[in-house]
Amino acid sequence: MAIEVRIPTILRTYTDGQKAVEGTGDTLAELFADLETRHAGIQARIVDNGELRRFVNVYLNDEDVRFLEGINTKVADGDNVTILPAVAGGMA
Amino acid sequence: MRYDSPLAAVGNTPLVCLPRLSPSADVRIWAKLEDRNPTGSVKDRPALHMIEQAEKDGRLTPGCTILEPTSGNTGISLAMAAKLKGYRMVCVMPENTSQERRDLLGMWGAEIISSPAAGGSNTAVRVAKELSAEHPDWVMLYQYGNPDNAGAHYATTGPEILADLPSITHFVAGLGTTGTLMGVGRYLRENKPDVKIVAAEPRYDDLVYGLRNLDEGFVPELYDASVLTTRFSVGSADAVTRTRELLQQEGIFAGVSTGAALHAAIGVGNKAVKAGEPADIAFVVADGGWKYLSTGVYTAATTEEAIETLQGQLWA
Repeated sequence: MAIEVRIPTILRTYTDGQKAVEGTGDTLAELFADLETRHAGIQARIVDNGELRRFVNVYLNDEDVRFLEGINTKVADGDNVTILPAVAGGMA
Repeated sequence: MRYDSPLAAVGNTPLVCLPRLSPSADVRIWAKLEDRNPTGSVKDRPALHMIEQAEKDGRLTPGCTILEPTSGNTGISLAMAAKLKGYRMVCVMPENTSQERRDLLGMWGAEIISSPAAGGSNTAVRVAKELSAEHPDWVMLYQYGNPDNAGAHYATTGPEILADLPSITHFVAGLGTTGTLMGVGRYLRENKPDVKIVAAEPRYDDLVYGLRNLDEGFVPELYDASVLTTRFSVGSADAVTRTRELLQQEGIFAGVSTGAALHAAIGVGNKAVKAGEPADIAFVVADGGWKYLSTGVYTAATTEEAIETLQGQLWA
């Protein structure tokens, strides 16, 4: 088993158009480094100076990792990671 | 229960356990049935409270026109209260919201001004602010920034939930104006410091993001991130799946944004099971499914078809 990572349209140029790819690692930082070995260039679009980029949201099993431990959030096989450009919404 | 008028019957809604959707015997999920309010949504609480506070302050006087940006429920609640209290009601609503919502608003006598689909609720807010500047005599209660929105939940929803569920560990609600989460969140924190406050945010697919990519990021003035413990982002597929599970397994017919809140409630529930901790998780059923029947998500033969029918539509 591995960790499934859902890729937003804007980053699919790095994944040959794939909507989801798989990776491994104990933390998000390790997972993104692992993705970089197969999808060169993607890491720099997500990570900046060892932190998540400001306008990128990352969700672990749908939970915003900024409310967990950010890029150091622990991940495990079977988890689902979603990367999204930050957009505010309304629900009223 | 007996009340002196329909408006007096806002609130005091049931809190029901969902035995089939609860992850385990000691990790239980509870639904706060806000569809049982007079116009069928949680928005009756802030709408009535905002009107009554504005009357007390003297901002709203007989014959006034109320203006509000809304994708539906707040407008419907305000329109009903405005009708009974003798105010004119004007709603600004994105043009791509369902026909049922337009019909309901019209039924209670509200006038609708459509805002462009691009930008969704954010554009409706901008258009309403422009109209407000053009018509200084109109009263915009402005649910996104009016402390009486959160105040309604602080005064009523929060105390009701704590009285019914003193063992509450998590409160989950949709994140829109943020009024429910801010109001209930603050009340629960003051009375139960360890409680976790969990937001469920709608996550739209690429097609809807396309519609919304003109957005400036809009953060409601009421929003205070420090009230939240965590935040879930729920995609259309999960929101639809949970909405249908709620109907099929527990018999509750709720709107699609409720499915998103349930998804987050089950998410924190599964984490509690993994951690071996008991939990009592209350989440808000914001409205019933009636207004969304025309989307086809309830009548589709399979969940896959239901998800397909919702592609490209705003559901919260």
